[in-house]
Amino acid sequence: MKYVDEFRDPAKARALIGEINVQVARIETCKSRPLAIMEVCGGHTHAIFKYGIEQMLPDAVELVHGPGCPVCVLPMGRVDDCVALAETPGVIFTTFGDAMRVPGSKKSLMQAKADGADIRMVYSPLDALAIARSNPDKEVIFFGLGFETTMPSTALTILQAEAEGIRNFSLFCNHITIIPTMEAICSSPDLKLDGFLGPGHVSMVIGEAPYRFIAERYKRPLVISGFEPLDVLHSIAMVLKQIAEGRAEIENQYSRIVPKNGNEQAQAAISRVFELREFFEWRGLGSIDHSGVRIRDAYAHYDAERKFAVPALKIADPAACQCGDVLKGLLKPQDCKVFGRACTPETPLGALMVSSEGACAAYYQYGDLDREPVGEDA
Amino acid sequence: MCLGIPGQIVEIRDTVRQLGLVDVAGVRREVNLACVVGDDHRIADCIGDWVLVHVGFAMSRIDEEEARATLKILEDIGEVQESLAAMRAGDEAMQTNGTGGAS
Repeated sequence: MKYVDEFRDPAKARALIGEINVQVARIETCKSRPLAIMEVCGGHTHAIFKYGIEQMLPDAVELVHGPGCPVCVLPMGRVDDCVALAETPGVIFTTFGDAMRVPGSKKSLMQAKADGADIRMVYSPLDALAIARSNPDKEVIFFGLGFETTMPSTALTILQAEAEGIRNFSLFCNHITIIPTMEAICSSPDLKLDGFLGPGHVSMVIGEAPYRFIAERYKRPLVISGFEPLDVLHSIAMVLKQIAEGRAEIENQYSRIVPKNGNEQAQAAISRVFELREFFEWRGLGSIDHSGVRIRDAYAHYDAERKFAVPALKIADPAACQCGDVLKGLLKPQDCKVFGRACTPETPLGALMVSSEGACAAYYQYGDLDREPVGEDA
Repeated sequence: MCLGIPGQIVEIRDTVRQLGLVDVAGVRREVNLACVVGDDHRIADCIGDWVLVHVGFAMSRIDEEEARATLKILEDIGEVQESLAAMRAGDEAMQTNGTGGAS
């Protein structure tokens, strides 16, 4: 347990690991197979790897790294669309830095910028709006990316643009929504999950209620978790306790940040500006019904997909890339054929290697490679 | 992008656009406060508040202890540096003129 000493409160970490072991001993099913708990959020994935949380858990508990990294699930065709928009004459294309290196079928945004497109990394959609304000002769497009955590910020930016009458600003909307995605995961026949760690900051916006179907329909526990390693251990113990007691409920370990009803101002901004798309394409997971949002007709003049010609081609992932199986928890990152060889953080083939919140980049950076196979204690 | 970073509101800049100046790990940046104000907490009441900032928007009020604990883990996983670099990149992007190519 060499990692525990790095914790803010090592004694508390040891106590939580003790609690996890107590719960595991009460659970019959994990005598025949390990329990699988999915952390949905990429931020949790990063913290789990950084602190070596998997190595602290008994063999009877496995963590499955979920699809909650928006950069990682961006399909190649959408990157190509970004490049096409960025290379349109008169356009300034603005994006979060995370998206710059995601490979498209021909090039990434980074390469398009090197080829001369005016692509600018911004911290906030408000930066993009400021660029539109000071460049009235240009069309400024913001690449909107992320789950419900970043959705309110783009919605509020569009409302701000409308209030000021700024017309040379638009959004290439690639926001995705967590609930239909979790629904797809739960109803997938090849997934065997026993419980979930719910995302912290998405929940801060949407609250607890939207997850209820996971407990009610799929009889799986979900615990909304904070990002500190102690939070993650505590949440895992809470999930296991539910399983041991035969309960399936939505619990909130992160109530100091996540209000029961979420953030109502943020929800109001989202529903004013966005509506659900019929479906949205995910890298590795395919098309998921109602999993993305688009701009409502009332704000159509801020929709880059209506303002510009977007190729919108569907591009298959590279054949060698197994991101999809890793995303679904069917394959560990280091078991992918190209992991660490053709696919590294410097030259990523798949999106899971691009972002620090992607499972492959986390494995690569923090090296979980020495872990003994389950069942072979040595 | 998704984790956010804690900061303290030090000044109200624009009550119409609901903008405040937030000190994030020693760097001051304009942040939108729309999601942390309401009838029970007006924008003028925000000075001194600790908030969790996501891509330029304060999304949640937090207490100081929580802010410090969160900053610690963000530092550990390299997110503080990443957020500050993103803010600097944003500042540069807003100051660039003309059709900059590779720069």
